[in-house]
Amino acid sequence: MNIGILLLALLFLSVLAPFTRRYLGNAAGWIFAIIPFAGFVWFLGMLPEINRGEVFTHRYSWLPAYGIDFSFYIDGLSVLFSLLVLGIGAFILIYAGYYMKTYPMKGRFMGYLVLFMASMVGVVVSGNLITIFVFWELTSISSYLLIGYNHEKPEARGAALQALLITGFGGLALLGGFVLLGIPFGDYELTTLFSNPEVIKSSNLYLPALLLILAGAFTKSAQFPFHFWLPGAMAAPSPVSAYLHSATMVKAGIFLLARLNPVLGGTELWHYLLSIFGVTTMFVGAWLSITQTDLKRILAYSTVSALGTLVLLIGTGTEYAINAAIIFLLVHALYKGTLFMMAGNIEKNTGTRDINKLGGLFKYMPFAAIVMILALVSMAGIPPMLGFIGKELIYEAKSNAPSAHWFILIAGFMTNAIMVFLSMRLTLDIFWGKEPAYDKKPKEPSLALILGPFFLVVISLFLGLFPKTMANPLTSQAIMAISPGMAAIKLKLWHGFNLVLGLSALTIALGVVAYKYRDPIISMATRINLKYFREEFSRVFFRMIDYFLIYTKEQTKAIQHGYHRFYLMTVFVVASILVWIQIWNGDPVILELNFRDMPLNLVAVVALIIAATISAVVAHSRVVALIAMSVIGFGITIIFIAYSGVDLAITMVLVEILMVILAMAVLFYLPKYVKYSGTGARMRDALIASLVGGFMMVLVLQAGSSAVQEPVSEFFKQSSYTEAFGRNIVNVILVDFRAFDTLGEITVLAIAALGIFSMIKLTKKIKI
Amino acid sequence: MLFLFAILIGVLYGAAVYLLLRRNIFKLVLGLIFLGHATNLLLFVAGGLTRGFPSFLRDIPGEVEKMADPLPQALILTAIVISLGVTAFALVLVYRFYSVTKTVDLDELSENE
Repeated sequence: MNIGILLLALLFLSVLAPFTRRYLGNAAGWIFAIIPFAGFVWFLGMLPEINRGEVFTHRYSWLPAYGIDFSFYIDGLSVLFSLLVLGIGAFILIYAGYYMKTYPMKGRFMGYLVLFMASMVGVVVSGNLITIFVFWELTSISSYLLIGYNHEKPEARGAALQALLITGFGGLALLGGFVLLGIPFGDYELTTLFSNPEVIKSSNLYLPALLLILAGAFTKSAQFPFHFWLPGAMAAPSPVSAYLHSATMVKAGIFLLARLNPVLGGTELWHYLLSIFGVTTMFVGAWLSITQTDLKRILAYSTVSALGTLVLLIGTGTEYAINAAIIFLLVHALYKGTLFMMAGNIEKNTGTRDINKLGGLFKYMPFAAIVMILALVSMAGIPPMLGFIGKELIYEAKSNAPSAHWFILIAGFMTNAIMVFLSMRLTLDIFWGKEPAYDKKPKEPSLALILGPFFLVVISLFLGLFPKTMANPLTSQAIMAISPGMAAIKLKLWHGFNLVLGLSALTIALGVVAYKYRDPIISMATRINLKYFREEFSRVFFRMIDYFLIYTKEQTKAIQHGYHRFYLMTVFVVASILVWIQIWNGDPVILELNFRDMPLNLVAVVALIIAATISAVVAHSRVVALIAMSVIGFGITIIFIAYSGVDLAITMVLVEILMVILAMAVLFYLPKYVKYSGTGARMRDALIASLVGGFMMVLVLQAGSSAVQEPVSEFFKQSSYTEAFGRNIVNVILVDFRAFDTLGEITVLAIAALGIFSMIKLTKKIKI
Repeated sequence: MLFLFAILIGVLYGAAVYLLLRRNIFKLVLGLIFLGHATNLLLFVAGGLTRGFPSFLRDIPGEVEKMADPLPQALILTAIVISLGVTAFALVLVYRFYSVTKTVDLDELSENE
């Protein structure tokens, strides 16, 4: 099987899905899951070869002239991500089939999910920056469709739009970053980038490219201060939260950082930017989760925190940190997917996600409770789950961080304590504690709804129990892909007594103590949040959007003001400035004043025309203006006659007579001239007019003295009589050589005549 | 003579621009007419100034070298006729504009919207 076929199959399925609901019903998920499951098995089968260090590449020509190809690059990192996306995706599809039972247009929902799956796999297997970008944007779009799935609800639409705008902004920045990144390499292929990463680091494009790419990655992975779209995205149905907004899509930013670490990483700037954003996000996310009561929002903020941890670890960049990042990524995807699916199950069974309104669920759904508790244990980082190994590695990495390791370690310690606190709170408050009155008796979720959570937890457990045989082969090549030359650390559940184990114990102890005093802690956190984090980020965001809309409205009003003369003025002023600059820089105009070729009668005609022009412009009477106009017309006729334009003169005379008659007829109905503009406006317009007139004058002088090419008229002169049998060449050109032009001209006149006729007719009708 | 024509064409273009920037819609049409005149003359002058030798074939030896360039004249002829069409249409449009809006002030049109 080829990766392209897998992607095509998924895309095809996503198109097909909306039409299958009638035939497949709720079981559709089971059938749809076959394709991702097959893909999962295929990637699993690649693992032995990948672990021998092989990289699979395919390349399909797309836009070769721009260095853009549809190419695939599959290494350990791609395989790990693909396994997560397809494996969790298969369970999500089964889960969604039953979870969405009561929703309308379920088929479409499944289609969006599969579309997302295809684009996410596309991101992680792409071998070309532009291909990555295309799939990256597809994930944003499918995320938008999924968050806004309950489109009758305004908050769902708002959250979807917010997520789309933020990730879309990031996507745009990312494209810019990719283009800049590609410039020094002259190519967008990952293989080119990896073969000589020093090219970009020594280029002065490094800084802008890095900042833009980080903007893309940070928005996608919900880093502070862009984190707020993720809790907002919880408006989506639970399968979406479990899949996109915890396990996969939000990790796309992390993936990108990991993917480009060999190219962009290793510099001070990279290290500091990632560490600062990562550590802030890690702590802020955890802190904000304390005061939440909505189960999904709690999980969303803890996801934000986990994403911050991942960014921090990649930024730290030591061998331990990269190992920890990959293990934690796996850990987090497994437990967070489980928790979100369970959150959906709990909501389904009890009708609420508010943890204050939940309690005593253990006796109703013991099996589901055990599954969820195991996931929470993994989140708290308690053995024997894989979460424990992840947390140990993170502590190890943080304590060995190259700079500010005490600060990072303390922030990490607090974060982990909050995670322990949350795990205890969710476990004890939901499954034990005071039991509220449920509308209907909660029961165990059905097989399809528990299958996914169960398997993910079991995998997490097995990976934790047998890390060397199971977790190591999955992750070692991914680690080497992020940082070539680094080795995978042999994972162990038990490391012996050391600082890290002490920290772990301390974390758990602090979490337990915090849980004991939860009421004062939560009320204190609420007070602090009210005082310092009063402004909701999403509200600020929407206010910014509103201001932006007002601004654009004003801008449009300023530019599209609706006054014809100011549009014209803009054109004239800009054109004359540009032309005058050109004249200023160009060759000087050579004036040859030869009075011998200035016959006095013609000089008089020119003077007359100029005088008539001035009088037509300044005339206070319309009739004077019109008479002046006809003087100009006949003056020009004389010029035509004097310089051998006989046909022109004849036409001009006829046209002038017609024009004067017509103008007079119209003028009869129009009111007299009124002075509309003041002296200032007149002076301004006169200045603009003289600027334009001036450059046209220079143009004539230049054009008269520069014959660039042999005139084409020679042909007409030679063949006018021999081919068209006409002696008047101008006539022959019009009616013979360019007959079609003349036909077009006649058509134009006919249409104008029709227009004139209908306008006059129309007036009469209104008058009646 | 070229120099004088340059001045003439410059003045005609200046007048056209000035009239196009006026608020009275009738002056706008006058501006269009000026624009047509100016451009016709520009083409005519750019085609070369030939005195007393129209482009007729009269079988005089060496006439082909001496006669005026027929191509610009053919173009101008087309332009004159087209500008007649445009001007006539514009004039009737002005008439129509006034009979509907009862004003010839273009600014009032923008403000009414």
